[in-house]
Amino acid sequence: MSAFLALLKRDLMLSVRQGGALGTALGFYMLVVTLLPLGLGQDLNLLSRIAPGILWIALLLAALLSLGRVFSSDHEDGTLDVLATGRMPLEMVVGAKALAHWISTGIPLALTAPVLGLMLNLDIAVYPLLMATMLVGTPAVSFIGAVGAALTLRSYRGGLLIALLVLPLYVPTLIFGMAAVNGLLGVSGTSAAMLILAALSLTSVVLCPFAAAAALRVQMQ
Amino acid sequence: MQLVAENLVLERGNRKVANDVSFTLEGGSGLVLTGPNGSGKSTLLRALAGYLRPASGSVRILGIGGSDGDTGESCEVGEVCHFVGHLDGIKSHLTAAENLTFWATYLSDRADSGHSVAHRVYDALEVFALNALADIPAGYMSAGQKRRLGLARLLVAHRPLWLLDEPTVSLDTGSADILVKAINRHLSDGGMAIVATHLPLAIEPARGISLVRKEAQA
Repeated sequence: MSAFLALLKRDLMLSVRQGGALGTALGFYMLVVTLLPLGLGQDLNLLSRIAPGILWIALLLAALLSLGRVFSSDHEDGTLDVLATGRMPLEMVVGAKALAHWISTGIPLALTAPVLGLMLNLDIAVYPLLMATMLVGTPAVSFIGAVGAALTLRSYRGGLLIALLVLPLYVPTLIFGMAAVNGLLGVSGTSAAMLILAALSLTSVVLCPFAAAAALRVQMQ
Repeated sequence: MQLVAENLVLERGNRKVANDVSFTLEGGSGLVLTGPNGSGKSTLLRALAGYLRPASGSVRILGIGGSDGDTGESCEVGEVCHFVGHLDGIKSHLTAAENLTFWATYLSDRADSGHSVAHRVYDALEVFALNALADIPAGYMSAGQKRRLGLARLLVAHRPLWLLDEPTVSLDTGSADILVKAINRHLSDGGMAIVATHLPLAIEPARGISLVRKEAQA
């Protein structure tokens, strides 16, 4: 367990020291959300109706940006080889790194969403629910993304390939994230959608480390 | 304690790089791998560490027990080895001490519980003459200093088996001597070391295996 915590702590420390990943993700998130109203025009009713969807999709794209580095930076400097030795199974290594990605990217993005919601005329009553769906849903984003990052570890321009591999897998999270938010906007079933969203996240937390570790073992040969 | 490799056949992209390699290594002795570029030294070390699955044959490590209480029949080599490859495994945004502290915590074994992490890191920095650089980010270090920092990892956590792939690359002669001394001390404590090298290193006691390059085979 101390090895798991040591790796988690090191990854968080590196994300603070390197700085670039979170800054890029937040900047990208803000820019995409800012550009959309400019493209869609001044219809405030339209904007507030589609705001939760815009915020969710932009969040997925922003989270994708930093996923490519989850394993590749450790692969390039030989750290990944050493992480694979020792008593901690590779599955736990993946778990620690994906968890660090969620803490350093998923949570900040979810917390930024209300600020951007202001620009989209989003009803203030929806903010807490929107943030809750994002906080519950983003672990799936990080853990499923880790599988994509592991699969594309050694491929040239892996970043684009990750998007192709991983975005389709985000569909259930997006659907139930939106269903939970729309529940408050008038459609029923918020709590059911929220529970399914939590189930998706928990399932990916449990299963994705195995898939990602298997992919890493192949890539490290 | 014994490392047994039996009839190892290793392939890279359908090309055989090592054919029928067998050896037994006893605790307290070293093995020096030599051979021209492309003769399969790195591939053999990666296979021993468990990164690469042999096409046939097996690697077993016997008699590791006692320290962690399992029966000691056999266990994964990757769990009980230090692997130092061509890359140093050093994060350039962390200082030398932070890099080693992470590895000391991450690789910590029960055999290390007698010494605190800070203590082990301090000792390793001292052995490789890195004390003065402890608080400098590894990104500012020279290639040789990074190499020494990578090698200092060997000393922050106990592992019975050291797998070293051309460890003297970019080291000056003084640092190479430090490394040889560290390896010899590890062997005299009953450890094992397998070193791939092009330089004659004074590792005692050690046997040598010379690999030959296979020309393209079907």
